[in-house]
Amino acid sequence: MNRNKWLGVLVVVAIVAVGAFLLWPRPPAKIVISNWDGYMPAELLQNFTKETGIEAELAVHATNEEIMGKVTAGGGKGYDVLFVSSPFVEALAKQGLIAELDPGKIPNLANLYPEARALAYDPNNKYSVPYAWGTTGICYRSDLVSPAPTSWMELLRPADTHKGKVTMLATDRWLMAAGLKALGYSVNSTNPEEIAQAKALLIEAKQHLLAYDDTTFYSKLVSGEASMVQAWDGWCNYGIAENAAIKFVVPREGSDMWVDTMVVTAASGNRDGAMAFIDYVLRPEVHRWVAENILYKVPNQVAMEALDPALAQQYPNIAISPAELMALEQLRDLGDAQKTYTQTVTEITASQ
Amino acid sequence: MTVRAGTIPVAAPADPRARERLLLLAGPLGWIALFLVVPCLLIGIYSLFERGTYGGIEWNFTFENFRRAADPLYFGILIKSLWIAGLATAIALLVGYPAAFLIATSPERWQKLLLVLAVLPFWTNYLIRSYAWIVILNREGAINNLLRGLGLTSEPLPLLYNEFAIVLGLVYAYLPFMILPLYAAISRLGADLIEASTDLGADGWRSFRRIILPLTLPGIAAGSIFVFVYSLGNFITPDLLGGGRTVMVGNLIYDQFLTARDWPFGAALAFILIGIMMGLLTLQAFLINRARRIGTYD
Repeated sequence: MNRNKWLGVLVVVAIVAVGAFLLWPRPPAKIVISNWDGYMPAELLQNFTKETGIEAELAVHATNEEIMGKVTAGGGKGYDVLFVSSPFVEALAKQGLIAELDPGKIPNLANLYPEARALAYDPNNKYSVPYAWGTTGICYRSDLVSPAPTSWMELLRPADTHKGKVTMLATDRWLMAAGLKALGYSVNSTNPEEIAQAKALLIEAKQHLLAYDDTTFYSKLVSGEASMVQAWDGWCNYGIAENAAIKFVVPREGSDMWVDTMVVTAASGNRDGAMAFIDYVLRPEVHRWVAENILYKVPNQVAMEALDPALAQQYPNIAISPAELMALEQLRDLGDAQKTYTQTVTEITASQ
Repeated sequence: MTVRAGTIPVAAPADPRARERLLLLAGPLGWIALFLVVPCLLIGIYSLFERGTYGGIEWNFTFENFRRAADPLYFGILIKSLWIAGLATAIALLVGYPAAFLIATSPERWQKLLLVLAVLPFWTNYLIRSYAWIVILNREGAINNLLRGLGLTSEPLPLLYNEFAIVLGLVYAYLPFMILPLYAAISRLGADLIEASTDLGADGWRSFRRIILPLTLPGIAAGSIFVFVYSLGNFITPDLLGGGRTVMVGNLIYDQFLTARDWPFGAALAFILIGIMMGLLTLQAFLINRARRIGTYD
């Protein structure tokens, strides 16, 4: 049985190969970082490895919910550092999926603004270190929309000329925030009556939308397809960079304050390496480079004070101060009410 | 000599090679069990329990997810998805049949080139092709600029972020899946059959209706099922070309897993979709069997 002999040889070779792969000595664990695509300078990881000798690999996620789903499903295995927004820090901590940080290993925490050390969702940076922060508002073409919008209602119930030229964020917390704030409610409201009112308003607003867009809304402004979009301040800057007539405004009803943070997974095999990475980002020259690269405000006082003033001139929302941000409403985890939010948003986007 | 289906010898139990056959079959069967049967079972199980707040499953048995899927809101989306997928399939058939016919009846040396041209778009990433359509269709895009440049329209036509764009995107994306099985079916037709039909006095339409159409029915069924099934599950095209405003059932499932973190509801929707597709594949098998019976006239 010549064929069977070959089959036997093949099986033995396969077993040896798998065994060798499993038992082969490996270099010290490299760290895996998951961040939004394009949310840090492309060379940052290379520089980090050059300086510290720690190998680092970048994974990307499109939304908080996506990385949250992956981490919930796999217990966080395979990731060391995650970039997530503030409400998700609370959610991950409640589930025990992220590790407490050791301040002794992150001395550059001292560079942060005092406000960034005392954020309500994570006082004293027990689990998370803020990476960038800002707010959500209306990004608009000042040459197409005049007078300038001042209220969320101008986005939700646009004048006839702007109907079909408006986009909104589809991510649940920010879509809901626009509806809730327009009605004068809290962005963290868990009152079913308030949520129902916001839902009705957002379904009505859907009739006048060009699209739901979380990623390319600024290019729709640049091309003139849209005249007004719901946008994060820093992301509006990508539009301003291409067309100086694009402007950003926080509506008078107020808005949310979001913080994008860095956290270390509980499942990380190299927590020291992960914290070394966080400390590296917090170096004033690195964090300043991040701000200039991604055009978002960073909560690093030393870095922000060294920022080129011309940048704030070109992108006025970079000059929003920590105190002004703190006056807005911080996004918090909603616990069980989160289910109501996601179901409500599903019903809004699914409505015909 | 031609080998006809059914004449292939079936392995008798005493076949000395039976063990080797089994060994060879173990691979594909294991693959199907591991990556098809197990996931489907998991989806079925997930759909019968409650969601966790942050994703995952709470192990409390419930039919709530299926009850919710029957809610007019979600049922409406299912119907709309079936309609959009059906429309895309019908258009793909109307466009694909003549194209396949042309390829199958052109000179031998042209056929390969034409087939390569038909599948050429597959060599480019799906997302890039979708973004290309955005560039072509948008308010300031190629078509609108051309129309306005020629003075045919004053206001830009709304070509993007609506159902028209979704159907267009689906037809464009899956047309090769229609053309290839049709080409295979049409090229298998003997020219002598059509000749005989003409000799016996049938006109072109009658030949097509009585001879060509019934004999290419398996190709039509295969192509239509491909396009329909792919279209029904697609979520990228409604998101990019539909602007996320028209939700198809694929988007709904995607959102339940990736943004709403409601796995059980997503699983229930997926389970319903799997049921529809199983039904369609059974229908296809039935049609092919019947066509084969009709085809054994010789």
